[in-house]
Amino acid sequence: MRSGRIVVVGASLAGLHAAESVRANGFTGELVLVGDEPHEPYDRPPLSKTVLSGWLGTDRLLLPTTRNLNARLLLGVAATGLDLSAREVRLADGRVLGFDGLVIATGTRARPWPVAHEAALRGVHVLRGRDDADRLRADLAEGPRRVLVVGGGFTGSEVASSCHDLGIPVTVAHRGAAPMASALGDLVGGVIGARQRAHGIDLRVRTTVTALEGEGRLRRARLSDGDELDVDIAVVALGSVRNTEWLVGSGLTADCDPAGRALDRAGAIVPDVYVAGDVARRRHPHFDAAPQAFEHWGNAVAQADVVGHNLVHANPRRATALPAFWSDQFGLNIKSVGLPHLADDVVLTQGSFDRGPFVAAYGRDGITVGAVAVDSPRVLDGYAALVTERAPFPPAINATDSPEPTVHGGQS
Amino acid sequence: MTYPAAVPYGRLLDHANRHDPYPHFAELAGEPVQRLDERTWVVTGHAEISALLRDPRLSAQNEVDPRAPAGSDGKPVRGPFLVQDPPHHDTLRAQTMHQFVPRILGMRPRIEATVARLLDRYVGPGEMDVVQALAYPLPVAVICELLGVPEEEEPVFHSFAARLTRALDPVETLTGQEVADLAVTRAEWRAYLLPMIGRRQAAPGTDLISGMLTEGDPATRMTTVELAVTLGLLLIAGHETTVNLIANGTLALLRDPDVLDRLRADPDLVDLVVEEVLRHDPPVQQTSRRATADVRVAGRVVPAGDTVVLLLPAGNRDPRRFPDPDRFWPERPDNAHLAFGGGVHYCLGARWPAWKARPPSVRSPHG
Repeated sequence: MRSGRIVVVGASLAGLHAAESVRANGFTGELVLVGDEPHEPYDRPPLSKTVLSGWLGTDRLLLPTTRNLNARLLLGVAATGLDLSAREVRLADGRVLGFDGLVIATGTRARPWPVAHEAALRGVHVLRGRDDADRLRADLAEGPRRVLVVGGGFTGSEVASSCHDLGIPVTVAHRGAAPMASALGDLVGGVIGARQRAHGIDLRVRTTVTALEGEGRLRRARLSDGDELDVDIAVVALGSVRNTEWLVGSGLTADCDPAGRALDRAGAIVPDVYVAGDVARRRHPHFDAAPQAFEHWGNAVAQADVVGHNLVHANPRRATALPAFWSDQFGLNIKSVGLPHLADDVVLTQGSFDRGPFVAAYGRDGITVGAVAVDSPRVLDGYAALVTERAPFPPAINATDSPEPTVHGGQS
Repeated sequence: MTYPAAVPYGRLLDHANRHDPYPHFAELAGEPVQRLDERTWVVTGHAEISALLRDPRLSAQNEVDPRAPAGSDGKPVRGPFLVQDPPHHDTLRAQTMHQFVPRILGMRPRIEATVARLLDRYVGPGEMDVVQALAYPLPVAVICELLGVPEEEEPVFHSFAARLTRALDPVETLTGQEVADLAVTRAEWRAYLLPMIGRRQAAPGTDLISGMLTEGDPATRMTTVELAVTLGLLLIAGHETTVNLIANGTLALLRDPDVLDRLRADPDLVDLVVEEVLRHDPPVQQTSRRATADVRVAGRVVPAGDTVVLLLPAGNRDPRRFPDPDRFWPERPDNAHLAFGGGVHYCLGARWPAWKARPPSVRSPHG
């Protein structure tokens, strides 16, 4: 498709990159980007890091464009429906947009605190967008006694780190056995948790928040360990929800194949409709695993590039890059490649869990499926090669900083 | 037995072919990974070099001399961090970066003034030996200022730079005499620097040596011997690369008057020109590593203990990565060359050349 109209629903990283990609691939027709936020496309990773700790304003996050997109941006308006047979997207303000090609890139939103009147208390926050970050940042500037972070995943851990940078006491309540354990496993999650505690974070694992209390304003939180905490701010970091409600009735659920082509409920390819970014759920071609959404920055870019190509050209490309993500917290750079969460075993391959940099490799059924590097970003490509070639697990590294003998972590 | 790659590789190392080694790189480019001898492999593919530079199973470390004095990790000093592995490499490199990078960035106006001073003598018609007049004096002047060494000592540094630089060449191209001379030069370098380090220890100034001696965590701070070795690395790594970049860049522009005209018309093109010189004719032509485990690459298995020679210019002209790779084309899209290496040893001065080389190529007073 070189002419006609392409509509991209979602104006964040994946949507913008898909628009760039269709233009780069020679699309000369009409291009429309629809975004529910009033802001031009901006970068989200800094929101929980440099923005909260005050180094970067939210007005400095705009994503660069490498070319004149010649696109119409419809901002501050959500898509509310999709009619595949009529090839139309319905918008919240009543407008209807016809399309010849469609990109679904509506991303995810923060999972809210489940008790509505508690979630409505002043001082209770989620963190997903620019406006969330501005509100939280303003509250943090008022000098709270303590911040409670509900959920010790990546967002929660980074928020805790930023609050720590601001000198604010932090409690993290995490349901699992270790922070970020669903992505990194209990062993490595536990190592990072120990380093968080060494910074003075009150990290409580296997602990949930049972109630948020206050009169109009948050004053107190009750925890499942029986404790009551005096807190002024709670940041609810309980993961994300895919923005697929607008697809209800269309037969689509934002599932796609490796080429980004939308699949209907029967698994059949829907012509001219593509999915990219956090909302896209797919089976990764390298792994024998259930379909999942890869909510990573690099995945959004890689998928969008492929989708842009495939919208224009007849020979479809597939997004085959290994999943990879990073986190910066407590002075640590954490990088992951592959799918560590699939592992049944994990092994320290370089450095030391006790202090300083380390790398851990992850295996399943005797095959290397992932690696996590802490403060060792430059070796991770080597591990990506091991995952790509399905190297036996544990992989032989024998580097100068490899432990001897090999330390087995048992179940990850 | 002799492997097929050994013959063109021998031609590459032959000084008689230095003026244009690229036909010999091309001879080696058929297979991305080939055996050179029983224990050595040569790698010419961009993807393969890139992957191997980032692979923790490839060690940059040589055998250690157990008689060497102890470093800050309590183990015998192995040499500069360029030939060390993590974790000690990381400690030494981090300290060096911390002192080097802000200082070199802050020196930009001074460096531009030095370039202007060196070139102003040649404004107007006439001839100029770019290597003698500019490429050689510039990096020595910069390193001396960085280390707080007075101008009158520059000839000493110049002499050390010239002699130590042979250490960057593949060891098989050195005669026994040259290897012995290098050991003497290294000892002389330490003997020259250690008193200077001692004086800075007694009375620290604002220079890089004083910063290395006084800042950071005392528990991991370099020993004076490690510091002398590191300063030697900064001297030769900063010197040879700069000389080559300026010389190769000048040559490329003289060989391609069309690009030179475009550059004169649009001086902003210079950043792209520098990147393309780095791809087309990189200052550092090879680096090698030793496999600590069996490494599978391009369908071959390099066994543990073998050495891989990574030919950076061959990767930079890999037709699978760069269309029309022999063409000098500054506007080339996606110019991800390998001139700075990659992985844990990625060039410490990588962002410096882009503007270090800028004034000479823009000013280019006479052809």
